[in-house]
Amino acid sequence: MSTTTTRDLARPTPAKPDKGRPRRGLRGNSTFNFWLFTGPFLIGLVIFVYVPIGWSIWLSFFEARFTVTPSKFIGFDNYRFMLDNGNFTGALLTFTVFAAIIVPTTWALSLGLAMLVNRLRFMRAFFRSVFFLPTACSYVAASLIWKMSLFNGVRFGLANTVIGWFGVDNIAWLANPDPPWYWLVIVSARLWLQSGFYMILFLAALQNIPQELYEAAAIDGAKPGWQTFRYITLPQLRATSTAVILLLLVAAYQAFDEFFNLLAKTTWGRPPLVELYYMALGQNQDYGAGSAGAVMLTLLICIVTLFQGKILGFGKGDESK
Amino acid sequence: MSAQSNSTWSRRSLFRAAAGMAAAGTLAACGSNNGRSGGGSGDSLTQFFHAYGEAGTEQAIKKYAKAYKGANVTTQWITGSDFESKLFATLLTDNAPDLFEFHPQIQLVKSGQVADLTDIVAPVKDDFNPADIASHTVDGKIYGVRMIDDPQFFFYRKSMLADANVEVPQTLDELIEAAAKLTTGKVKGAFLGNDLHAVINPMIWSAGADTLDAQNQAAFNTDGVAEGLKKMRKLFTSGDLLLGAPADYWDPAALNQGLCAIQFCGMWAMPAMQQALGDDLGVFPFPKVTDAGKPSVYNGGWSMFVNAKGKNVDAAKEYVKWLWIEQKKYQEDWATSYGFHIPPRTSIAASATKLKSGLPAEGVKLFTDYGHFDNIGWTQAMITATENVFADTVRKGGDPKASLDKAEKTVNAELKKLFG
Repeated sequence: MSTTTTRDLARPTPAKPDKGRPRRGLRGNSTFNFWLFTGPFLIGLVIFVYVPIGWSIWLSFFEARFTVTPSKFIGFDNYRFMLDNGNFTGALLTFTVFAAIIVPTTWALSLGLAMLVNRLRFMRAFFRSVFFLPTACSYVAASLIWKMSLFNGVRFGLANTVIGWFGVDNIAWLANPDPPWYWLVIVSARLWLQSGFYMILFLAALQNIPQELYEAAAIDGAKPGWQTFRYITLPQLRATSTAVILLLLVAAYQAFDEFFNLLAKTTWGRPPLVELYYMALGQNQDYGAGSAGAVMLTLLICIVTLFQGKILGFGKGDESK
Repeated sequence: MSAQSNSTWSRRSLFRAAAGMAAAGTLAACGSNNGRSGGGSGDSLTQFFHAYGEAGTEQAIKKYAKAYKGANVTTQWITGSDFESKLFATLLTDNAPDLFEFHPQIQLVKSGQVADLTDIVAPVKDDFNPADIASHTVDGKIYGVRMIDDPQFFFYRKSMLADANVEVPQTLDELIEAAAKLTTGKVKGAFLGNDLHAVINPMIWSAGADTLDAQNQAAFNTDGVAEGLKKMRKLFTSGDLLLGAPADYWDPAALNQGLCAIQFCGMWAMPAMQQALGDDLGVFPFPKVTDAGKPSVYNGGWSMFVNAKGKNVDAAKEYVKWLWIEQKKYQEDWATSYGFHIPPRTSIAASATKLKSGLPAEGVKLFTDYGHFDNIGWTQAMITATENVFADTVRKGGDPKASLDKAEKTVNAELKKLFG
């Protein structure tokens, strides 16, 4: 073709290769490039992840109070202590309750928001931003707002003002564990903070569902609404839902900021990280016992993750389902 | 964009720019905006202070540091409620402060974290409140210098008690009754803090018990304390207690804003309360819990310690000696110019005119008559154990005796680690 000929003619003459000099720079050595880009991360991973994990395992077999370089070996005493005192196992129960509440509610709320925003004809970007913005807020800042303004126990707290209109007396949302209103405060704070992020994931997935599927379903007589949602939308969101549930569980395991700031020193409502903080990094400064707890928690997370992968099939291709 | 302009972003120029930014960052770190407050010379010292609520305190501490010529003293004013956690964690690192304020606790001594200050305190030892010296002494050595004593007791609105025809409570039962009578639609009878932790030790003392006895044995697991816990539960569930206040017990806001008629607080808040309420203010100690007990006041406070593992132990001791031993004007200023505190130096307390009359004098009398000082053997783990007792029994409704037994087990294990 003439165009091809033209291009060939227009191609500049390649520079004469300098066989006497090796090629300088980053493109010349793929091994060097590999280490240049991955080396810093690997070094960081070893220094900030693997060394602390190893150190933590080592500390868990020593009496390490007010020191991270202990000398008194005590075997599995720290493990026994953590399992005996009840606080650590109570923390695992707290996590289970928290995960059981927060994972499905966030999933449902973020999916609902995504569907609402997806249907909007006007101001879609505005509402997407409005729901996403809380994600940018610090958990600590949000916790303090929830604690001091929205859910404080006095008459001028927002929640108490609202229930006061209906003649209900002030509620000490966080100071009194019976009834456990603190769950309402914690869950509402986390829902506000994280639903927007998962809404964006669902929104992207919703927009990837081929419109033809809905049109074909309509021709076949499917009723719009619940029937379409149940048999088309939900199955099409399977991969995203699985990822969202996994992320939500990981986030629930990492729960710390709102529990620490909202509940302070209680014997209830302590997820594992808060319990380990009080044991190791808080006032007790028992790094041995804290490390033993961290090792047990890590093992538990590994087991749960493997189990969850098996159940949800995360990471498997569609063909294997 | 032209090819020429693209070529200006060569790798070399990028490396140069990166190096320049790194150098600029390094220079910036050496600049003036590095938090240094001192203008002295010689050694550089860092001191940790928790954020006091009274206006002007941060400036005062930095002013004292700046006046010191022997070293360049930097102050870290740590906000938030977890000063202890930050302090303890930092003490394990290279960023540990040379000096820090805290309460006397034996684990700091046992773990070699605080330096022996006997040599700088000894010459003026007799001028200190003997209880303050005792609370900082282990095996004859003095490990800290008390800066201020902070008695903690109840403040009440005289007019509210008069309107409700309520007398000042002499017993815990009377306090419960008073709280009920004083509670109205907008005002709760009493405020003891959101988590009630501040009244744990006073309740133990007012029940005729103690945290540890003279032989360092657990002394809080008594029938009187169990009785007190039941009464506290009654108060907690009565609906007459202010709970979940935006500001906790150490802040005078609850009383000043009319949220409660009686508030447990420290003498540090007295000036702010007087400013807001004028003469409509009275004080009383934590009332006796049982017939075997008697009213009590917790004489808290803050002390200055030197990090024994720091790089400038001698320089830090010199600074402590200069400020908290020699500079009596600064000590009096620190104790009486912001909140009200009782100077631990007898000579300063005797000359502190602001504490001589009126309500401050009443506070000093409560301190003298009913005061209990820090016990250096009562560690953070033990404090946490009794906090858990209050959480489990008073706030959650658990069995007091079982909870006290559990706490005693924890405290005994801790005592065994400390004393063998």
